[in-house]
Amino acid sequence: MKYVEEFRARDLAKKLARGIAREADTGRQYNIMEFCGGHTHAIFRYGVQDLMPANINFVHGPGCPVCVLPIGRIDNAIDLVERHDVILCTYGDMLRVPASGRKSLLKAKAGGADVRMVYSTLDALKIARDNPGREVVFFAIGFETTTPPTAVALRQVRTEGLRNFSVFCNHVLTPPAIRSILDTPDTRDSGSVHIDGFLGPSHVSSIIGSQPYEALATQYRKPVIIAGFEPLDVMQSTLMLIRQLNEGRHEVENEYTRVVTREGNRKAQQLVAEVFELRPTFEWRGLGLMPHSALQIREAYAEFNAERRFEVPTIQASDVKGCECPTILRGVKRPTDCKLFGTVCTPESPMGSCMVSSEGACAAYWSYGRMRMPNPVGANAESVA
Amino acid sequence: MCLALPAKIVALDAATDIATVAIGEVRKEVSVALVEDVAIDDFVLIHVGYALNKISEEEAQRTLDLFAEAGLLGEEIT
Ligand code: SF4
Repeated sequence: MKYVEEFRARDLAKKLARGIAREADTGRQYNIMEFCGGHTHAIFRYGVQDLMPANINFVHGPGCPVCVLPIGRIDNAIDLVERHDVILCTYGDMLRVPASGRKSLLKAKAGGADVRMVYSTLDALKIARDNPGREVVFFAIGFETTTPPTAVALRQVRTEGLRNFSVFCNHVLTPPAIRSILDTPDTRDSGSVHIDGFLGPSHVSSIIGSQPYEALATQYRKPVIIAGFEPLDVMQSTLMLIRQLNEGRHEVENEYTRVVTREGNRKAQQLVAEVFELRPTFEWRGLGLMPHSALQIREAYAEFNAERRFEVPTIQASDVKGCECPTILRGVKRPTDCKLFGTVCTPESPMGSCMVSSEGACAAYWSYGRMRMPNPVGANAESVA
Repeated sequence: MCLALPAKIVALDAATDIATVAIGEVRKEVSVALVEDVAIDDFVLIHVGYALNKISEEEAQRTLDLFAEAGLLGEEIT
């Protein structure tokens, strides 16, 4: 596939690995947080960590939308479908996320609730058109990448006058999460986790551009490289980060120029701004309540807001006892530090959200890395396909 | 969840903003409502049934050249 295979080429991976080994200063440690689960996935699937010198340490960040949604919001979704008898549409990953009382949307479905997995908001609209007598709620989750499709759907719904459709909005924003990680005591006091720089989101940045990270980089003196999701992109971005750190720079640089510009996708931004506005505060799993870290539906679209149409209470729910997702999402702990990892908690019966989505750190460790040491050393270029 | 794939536009209906794209061997209908000025043969990044952005051929080549350079630099010093 064009734009995929050439960014996975094995011979180039070996060359890049040698370049990195050459330029990394053996006298220091490089702690690099990859914000996105997509990068975590690439690092594990292609054995990128194995190609790195021992002093380069990838810290996995909270950039997995399924992982950061607090349990209370999933409880809300289950309540909507069970108590209000709506057709609840959502992306596949949401179905298996554990909610309170060992429930999940999948279990609700098995119990007769009308939960439908959709691939796209376009599918959810079709379900609403096909079921004029039923209320259809789209359980919307995701970062800036997934928000514009929800905005398009809401515009379409208003144009069509599709009165039986509404959105339960849980869209969240990336820059506030990065800021929160740099602000939490764990990082500030450089106690458990110290981060030298970031591999920044690729697909999120294709929408918002690289510009929103500039203030962060300057203020916290941390370099950010916007990195593509293919293994060679991750390696090249790591090299760019090492160079900045060696030279004492802290800038935003863009490795993923084939898709990301400084300004981003203006058309998508305008659509999002027309439909959504900042939510005063929103709870993230692991990061807690963060002001202005999420979006809500604007007044002009209020009639399609499920939180207006139905009763959606604020639910304070706690994670499964022993699940370390909150600390893993902050980069403080690794999945292997969790006592439930691989014993009680597996992708077949996940106890926490980080084991559900393939972008979750626990799922990545389970699928590709559970036999490895926490920070494996050695060069195994063969693992890059 | 954040999975996005490069795809080539093979047919386009400007009235509905719906395009047929080829992802490898697979053909699929996606919305191009989020992208300005798309045309047949453009490559776009597909995510949850929508094209998010165009992919720049020149920039892709430039990045591939950078990979090769980084390696060379290592090679020369080694
Ligand atoms: S292994 Fe399971 S229980 Fe442990 S942190 Fe990960 S998701 Fe939570």
